[in-house]
Amino acid sequence: MKRKLLLSMLMGIALLTMIVVPAVAQDTIKIAFVEGMSGPFAGVGDAGYKHYQYMADLINARGGVLGGKKLEIVPFDTKSSPKEALIVLKAAIDQGIRIITQGNASSVAGALIEALNKHNERNPDQQVIYLNYAAITPAFTNELCSFWHFRFDAHVDMKIAAITDYIKTRPEITKVYLCNQDYVFGHAVSDTAKQMLAEKRPDIQIVGDTFTPLGKVKDFSPYVSKIQASGAQAVITGNWGADMSLLVKAAKDAGLGAQFYTFYGSGLGAPAAIADAGIGKVISVIEWHFNLAVEDNKPEDEKFFLGYHEKYSDGGKSPFYYGRIRTTMEMLAAAIDKAGSAKAKDIAYALEGMEYDTPYGKVLMRAEDHQLIQPLYLMVYAKKGEGTVKYDSENSGVGFKTIGRIEAENTAMPTTCQMQRPAK
Amino acid sequence: MKHYLKQFGIWFAAVIFCIVLPLIFNSGFSRSMLSQMGIAVIFALSYNMMLGQGGMLSFGHAVYYGLGGFLAMHALNWVGDGWPLPLELVPLMGGLGGVVAGLVFGWLSTDRAGTTFALISLGIGELIAASALMLPSFFGGEEGVSANRMVDTTLTSFRFGQQIEVYYLIVAWMLVCIALMYLQTKTPLGRVANAVRDNPERAAFIGYNARVVRTLQFTLAAFFAGIAGGLFAINYEIINAETVGAIPSGNVLMMTYIGGVGYFFGPILGAVLVTLMQLTLAGITHAWLLYFGLLFVGMILWAPGGLAGLIMMHEPVWKAGLMSRLLRAYAIIAVPALVLFLGLMTLIEINYHLSLSVNPDEPMSLFGISFRAQSIAPWLVSLCLIGIGFFFFRKAQRVVRRSWNEVAQQMKGAAIQ
Amino acid sequence: MLEYVLFSLLNSLVLGMLLFMLSSGLTLIFSMMGVLNFAHASFYMLGAYFGYQISTWVGFWPALVIAPLLVGGLGALVERYGLRSLHKYGHVAELLFTVGLFYIIEESVNLIWGRNAVMYPIPKILDFPVFKLLGADVSAYRMFMLLISMGMFVGLYLVLTRTRIGLIIQAALTHPEGVNALGHNVPAVFMLVFGGGSALAGLAGVIGGIFLITEPAMAATLGPIVFVVIVVGGMGSLTGAFVASLLLAAIQTFAVGIEYSLTDLFALFGWRVDATGFFRDIWRIQLSHTGPILPYLFMVLMLMFRPKGLMGKRES
Repeated sequence: MKRKLLLSMLMGIALLTMIVVPAVAQDTIKIAFVEGMSGPFAGVGDAGYKHYQYMADLINARGGVLGGKKLEIVPFDTKSSPKEALIVLKAAIDQGIRIITQGNASSVAGALIEALNKHNERNPDQQVIYLNYAAITPAFTNELCSFWHFRFDAHVDMKIAAITDYIKTRPEITKVYLCNQDYVFGHAVSDTAKQMLAEKRPDIQIVGDTFTPLGKVKDFSPYVSKIQASGAQAVITGNWGADMSLLVKAAKDAGLGAQFYTFYGSGLGAPAAIADAGIGKVISVIEWHFNLAVEDNKPEDEKFFLGYHEKYSDGGKSPFYYGRIRTTMEMLAAAIDKAGSAKAKDIAYALEGMEYDTPYGKVLMRAEDHQLIQPLYLMVYAKKGEGTVKYDSENSGVGFKTIGRIEAENTAMPTTCQMQRPAK
Repeated sequence: MKHYLKQFGIWFAAVIFCIVLPLIFNSGFSRSMLSQMGIAVIFALSYNMMLGQGGMLSFGHAVYYGLGGFLAMHALNWVGDGWPLPLELVPLMGGLGGVVAGLVFGWLSTDRAGTTFALISLGIGELIAASALMLPSFFGGEEGVSANRMVDTTLTSFRFGQQIEVYYLIVAWMLVCIALMYLQTKTPLGRVANAVRDNPERAAFIGYNARVVRTLQFTLAAFFAGIAGGLFAINYEIINAETVGAIPSGNVLMMTYIGGVGYFFGPILGAVLVTLMQLTLAGITHAWLLYFGLLFVGMILWAPGGLAGLIMMHEPVWKAGLMSRLLRAYAIIAVPALVLFLGLMTLIEINYHLSLSVNPDEPMSLFGISFRAQSIAPWLVSLCLIGIGFFFFRKAQRVVRRSWNEVAQQMKGAAIQ
Repeated sequence: MLEYVLFSLLNSLVLGMLLFMLSSGLTLIFSMMGVLNFAHASFYMLGAYFGYQISTWVGFWPALVIAPLLVGGLGALVERYGLRSLHKYGHVAELLFTVGLFYIIEESVNLIWGRNAVMYPIPKILDFPVFKLLGADVSAYRMFMLLISMGMFVGLYLVLTRTRIGLIIQAALTHPEGVNALGHNVPAVFMLVFGGGSALAGLAGVIGGIFLITEPAMAATLGPIVFVVIVVGGMGSLTGAFVASLLLAAIQTFAVGIEYSLTDLFALFGWRVDATGFFRDIWRIQLSHTGPILPYLFMVLMLMFRPKGLMGKRES
């Protein structure tokens, strides 16, 4: 009796499992966008997806790749978890997808690199290439480097190099405070910043080196009063998300004079949360921002940004942010055309060492470690309507203004990568 | 022979079923999902050893799952470096990790059951999750710890390069663990755990120290959770701090509760269903978390016994041969329920389309019909469906209740005769 | 040093009062109904979003009144149509119901207001530094928060001690069965308390959403800490919750300044630690890094050794 019930239940489960039937269509080249599309980081994932979609629209509108094949972006939800990412990776491979892209969360990126190394070796007929647009752990293009992984964002050391290069030109900065999240990334920012400051400006004193538990601090004012007491003129921080916004808000409340040199001070969601509190105070290192077009007088580029703005930005609430996604897609399209094939190995060989002209200078996908070498900018929060600050971000009334540019060759770092290449 | 078949038939069927399943669903994704289901089954059953059997509601069960997984992952690396432990037995290392952590934290937290225990487990869970990011030498920082499962020391001829080989390993462990956990419910410890759950004072009067019993039960549960963690390590070849965090802890609670805490097989159902939903729904709709929350709340409100409770409720009816009468009532209620659900779903999907889709101005498509979310018609249709569905659902509820009463009357009558 | 202490004291007072506003409602609900309401912080989030939405329509001051009332009404509905029907299945079912509610509210907020933070600025009239405390500005908004939460504390105190319903609630805190036996309409009191508690959380949301960030994750980040407050404060004790809120805020605030690790502690006794092995990082973690997780440690220890909490009158 009980047995019959159980058996019929098992059958039921089997039927349910059938829902998952992969569909394969080969008239387009599919790119899997593997990112957290639900849960706390869904906002960022969604925005990234729209960026890719926009780029695919543009490339398809001018004729696609390989003489007419269209690019198609297929989103997969990782729920920001490495485990889930590995499962959806299988789903993507089942659907015949051989190009994946991901960026948020180094944990997921690390899992994908490991998994693809193994998968591509174990299944040579189903090799997959991975385009990383935002995971910036230096190891991915150093000791963990992989032939299948290409990074289009500057990694931690490169960004710190840009920040310290800029600080070198500011003699009034004599005291620097480091405030980071207490995990590997935060420690990497702190260690690298200390080392590079010691090289470039030995006279600068590090007056504080604080770590806060990731995402647990509600009120940053105790940290701000420490910063205040230390007399620092500059704070270097790798904080992101709420840890970033709350730090700046608490600083504004206390009337802190120091400037923040950040990685993610302009990140998605930050301008709306920080708004006025950041004006003149929050500086970010980044490869592109939308007032660059105004500053460099490039109306073509302004059109590019406005096209996205009109269609995908939800009335300006979530504007174009990832300049590097544009580079990623353009270089991918060029590599597919150059290789004459959409096979992962061919694309990877075509991308290695490829040069590409962006509106803001030449970039290079370095062959030794698959790290994109691109010019970087330092920009600061500024009120909309002042000077070149034509556009604001996330309808917050504040936009960004360039204060420094670091040429591509100056951001390049030596690598320890020993690339293992498969036979051509 | 017949007796033998009766007793073990279900197990044979389960073995054959598990062996055949990945051959039918042979895509990489379904095999990964089946593997994840196997792990989840062990994890959920181990959770029910605490909640169902021991009456301990834990918000931090993933601590043992995760710690076991990390230890197993390190062990896997040592095996790669030449440790003489066959890969098939690496999950035992996970179990060991679970036992050690379970003994320590179990003893510390089981002095009282109920809310006190629940809150201690929450606190320990938060502490371990927070320290996991601060102690990178064991937990590997954000990227976690990884290993290669294709090692030289194995018991079988499997190389474990392919997912299906790993799946069979997981299934073997799953069946062994299910059997062990089932047998555990029959042991004196399992029985005393029930007694302590129902009335700790009485259990103390007849000479059982409630804390000791709870600690033992807790440690055993942690052992099986650790084995699940060990299988996780082998399956994914990477493990990071999120595995000890609040998300898997909450997940296992949901699986167990949705499956039903009152019956041994309940968590199995829950684990399979919840894993299936989490992995497939997310690919189908943006709104999966909302559906999931609604399902969970609905289960609690209308079926507090879980799926297993729902099924077992019908066992006596089936035995009495009166199922057909209920089925008629169910068929009647199914129609308005479906209408109501369709209406709700349309409403939710329209809203998601408007607020979260790539381009809300583009027409959306649902059930093969494509329409513009901004136009008024779909709103009206979905609201009408909800209204009509709700109205008739209430009416049909009465029909169901009536036929249940009739069935109950008849069964009572039969019992008296 | 003195300025650091003064400033930290002030900061912990502001944070502590916000915590108290959140936890006072939860402690009432928990001690009276036995429901560990996981969705309590979700009501706080709803308060913030309602406050944001209403203040974009009619301004901040009406929002300060309307949003908590709306949240309170919603809470009462949840009690009436959700929790009440679950009472017969015991506390686990009730608790899990609130867990499910937490998911639903978070997803609904995602759906309505989007997934990123919304811009919910300080009202212009309060956006200035009110005085300088030894070099650091103290913003008017912080003072305003302090004022509101003090006002709420006094109001709650008066309601509980000076009104008939307050006396019934107080009695129900310690002896729920007795109050029922005396013929009071306990279900109605439950609904009132649940609604009132949610409204207080909503009020905390309206002012806390500006102070912190109004985003869909705000409930999840503040949720567990509220449990810590009510556990440490003790069952059925508002004073306990008050003391615990201030204490926990002070621990978090002051731990930031203490840059010692276990290595330093041992060095005091002349022992030297050779950091090796799996958990070698433990030795280098400074106390200042751990500030925000200390409360959980505090909670676990409290539950193990004094489950009544600081001022609790009974165990759960």
